[in-house]
Amino acid sequence: MTTKLHPPVGRADPIVSHKPAPSGLRRASAAAIVLLTVAGLLASIIAASLFGSANISPGDVVSTILRHIGLGEIAPNPPLPPLLDALIWESRFPRVLLSAVVGAALAVSGAVLQAITRNPLADPYLLGVSSGASTGAVAVLLLGVGGGVSLSTGAFVGGLVAFGLLLVLLGGGRVASPTRVVLTGVLVSQFFAAVTSLILMINGDANSTRGFTYWLLGTLAGARWEGVTVTAVIILIGLVAILFFAPSLDAFTFGWDSASALGINVAAVRIWLMVLTSLITAAAVASSGAIGFIGLLVPHAVRILTSPMHRSLLPLSAAVGAILLIWVDTFARTAFSPYELPVGVITALLGAPAFALVLKRLES
Amino acid sequence: MGRINATELSWSVKGHRLLDNIEMAAQDGKVVGLLGPNGSGKSTLLRLLAGLRRPDTGAVEYDDTSLRDLSRRVLARRLAVVEQDVTAHNHVSVRQVVELGRTPFRGRFDALTERDQQIIDAALDRVGMTDRQRQSWHTLSGGEKQRAQLARALAQEPREILLDEPTNHLDIRYQLELLDLLGSLEVTCVVALHDLNLAARYCHHVVVLDRGQVVAAGTPETVLTTGLIKSVYGVEVLVDREPTTGILRITYLAATAPRTADATAVTG
Repeated sequence: MTTKLHPPVGRADPIVSHKPAPSGLRRASAAAIVLLTVAGLLASIIAASLFGSANISPGDVVSTILRHIGLGEIAPNPPLPPLLDALIWESRFPRVLLSAVVGAALAVSGAVLQAITRNPLADPYLLGVSSGASTGAVAVLLLGVGGGVSLSTGAFVGGLVAFGLLLVLLGGGRVASPTRVVLTGVLVSQFFAAVTSLILMINGDANSTRGFTYWLLGTLAGARWEGVTVTAVIILIGLVAILFFAPSLDAFTFGWDSASALGINVAAVRIWLMVLTSLITAAAVASSGAIGFIGLLVPHAVRILTSPMHRSLLPLSAAVGAILLIWVDTFARTAFSPYELPVGVITALLGAPAFALVLKRLES
Repeated sequence: MGRINATELSWSVKGHRLLDNIEMAAQDGKVVGLLGPNGSGKSTLLRLLAGLRRPDTGAVEYDDTSLRDLSRRVLARRLAVVEQDVTAHNHVSVRQVVELGRTPFRGRFDALTERDQQIIDAALDRVGMTDRQRQSWHTLSGGEKQRAQLARALAQEPREILLDEPTNHLDIRYQLELLDLLGSLEVTCVVALHDLNLAARYCHHVVVLDRGQVVAAGTPETVLTTGLIKSVYGVEVLVDREPTTGILRITYLAATAPRTADATAVTG
């Protein structure tokens, strides 16, 4: 004996049944999207390395990279003069790579935070991690805290301290409401912003204050191999770890109790994801300052264009965030050459109107 | 089908005892109605039964296995929960909502199998949402959302379902169809209900809560008496059987004195 719920007469048209696409086809289109994005990312990395002073061809860029990673035999073009070779390998390429990993980290952090706080306006800066990281960097440089550790290490520790404070205020592993998470994030970020200003005002001379202001706005100009490698390794490990939680993030769609009832260990998943997102955000902020809005915008764009399910949303956000930051940074360093704009200024200029669009979409 | 057994359940928030020494059981394949006025503890009891809150004292058992010995994932493979008025923060489609029901069965990187897809199709069909499956959750009416959530629950292939006022937002046809559907499933259901006539008609067994305590339990015929309804709900009723069908019928006559803290003492 079986009973069904039937659509009432006259309300729906049960004749028209939209058969789901065969799963094979769906998988094929998903694979096409992934291939397209990966190709776009590789093309962006090479193309962005072309921009700037000096006339270089894509073949030159590819050849230079291949030669430096020990695959010189398959390089299509002859070696470049040492100066140009250094320009590509020591300056532009690490900077493009840093843009890619930072963009990916910020976009994925945004996607994760939007899911676990269930707040579409969440982004890495909501947690106050970037504020804490800035405070850490300023404390290392101006107060000499830590006895000669690098700015990046200071930023990293500061970011984690801000995150720890957030957890303490939220009461450890207990389940807090989304509103409470957001407001606590605002509180933490305001607190650390105030501490940063205080240290700058009391200890900074005009020069260091200007330097810091530039860094706080977000810039990728400091990219060097040594730092880029460390940042890239931390971020890539973090991203892969976060990918393991994609199914749990889907289960958060209808809230924490709902996720629990679908078999998710909500408290543990939340703690893990908060640690991982603050790790990759701190790594991004330490290497490039506070670049805003990538984390807010990219996941929204990917959701609208593809699917809100995280098995695809997370990797696609990473790729799109990487591509976006590569091009915004290329614009920032070349548009007003020889002057360079902080890339954070441009993301904010793009981000503010887009933020308004997200708000409008929320209300509809 | 599974058996649910709750013994000596108590739960307090900030010194307020919301549930006091609850004893209740749901037998294999039966529909058990949780009744009681607003704030009597129906939703809270459902959360404790679902293991979403940990009771201060007492235990919940599923087929003689304590809730404490079941991991969340293992529990979700047998128990589905349909909450009241849930909201989505994403623009998910109806089908994606129902896909969530397969979460406890899927590996981290597994695509949905052919079998998963069949279960999802069947669940959508069961609630009459097949032609709505591509529609965005946010464009659904309250009743359609309720049905989509029920389809998600069915996709979990549960042995037990807990439902918190699932007939809210449904027009009368769907209320009847939903309860018919629950009765026809080979699933043990515990369902919080407001409508006493629906409870009388569809539940095999009812449990009446008042201020966190079980005040009556048994078949609708034995429990839903004039005296009990008056003392618990503060409403004067006539209970009889509809002459042609013989269905238990509750006719509301008037609200008695406003419910106060000691309403039971006064009216009982």
